[in-house]
Amino acid sequence: MQESPDDSDLLVILRHGPHGSSWLREGLDAALVAAAFGRCVSLLFMGEGVTALMPEQQVGPLGQKGTAATLEMLEMYDIETLLVDEQGLSDLGLSRDDLMLEVECVSSEVLASFLSEHRLVLTF
Amino acid sequence: MRYAILLMGAPYSHQASHSALRFAHAVLARGHHLEAVFFYHDGVYNAARLAAPPQDEPHLVDAWMAIASEHRVALQVCIAAALRRGLLDEREAARHGKDGVSVEPPFELTGLGQLIDLGTRCDRLITFGP
Repeated sequence: MQESPDDSDLLVILRHGPHGSSWLREGLDAALVAAAFGRCVSLLFMGEGVTALMPEQQVGPLGQKGTAATLEMLEMYDIETLLVDEQGLSDLGLSRDDLMLEVECVSSEVLASFLSEHRLVLTF
Repeated sequence: MRYAILLMGAPYSHQASHSALRFAHAVLARGHHLEAVFFYHDGVYNAARLAAPPQDEPHLVDAWMAIASEHRVALQVCIAAALRRGLLDEREAARHGKDGVSVEPPFELTGLGQLIDLGTRCDRLITFGP
């Protein structure tokens, strides 16, 4: 578990999958910019958002940029706290082993505490 | 308190812009300071200079401009989200060789860093989205 967050910490919640809308990409952009500005950023993948972590999310037929390359860059930006909504994962019949990155699975109760611990939360 | 608003819903398509506008008025009426409204995702369409809604509907673009001029609220538009959606100020239009200009002051095209800065500087950053 991470240390308790301070005022500069930011929690970015991602609730959309990699295709069908630009929510995921624009949410990740915000997270990367915040990290580049020296904020300590945690990502929380919720609901359908957990599919962002499925491997090899590349350019689709619509020519939208794939998000896998961005997720691979997270470590370079020091975005190391990756939380996944346990329920969202099991609802889709997925497990942690199916995902492309090391994540921490959290229950709904723990999710609530993460939300209240962060002064700044951005939801996409 | 110092407030900022993050608006991510397109005008007229969703309730988000109407709610954000009402919230902005309420914040100001209570004597709080509204530092800025940051437009991101489809919220950038709130900055469309050429918006021409029917006369019996609220004019959202004009309403934001009125708030900016009456209360000195900054209207910041994410430049990356805006350019993709055809929202260009004079400088960007020239840079991209476009004839028309679709964003004008007091709306300003700016980077996502401004959003992060608002989140840090203000007591509250309130998000409105679809």
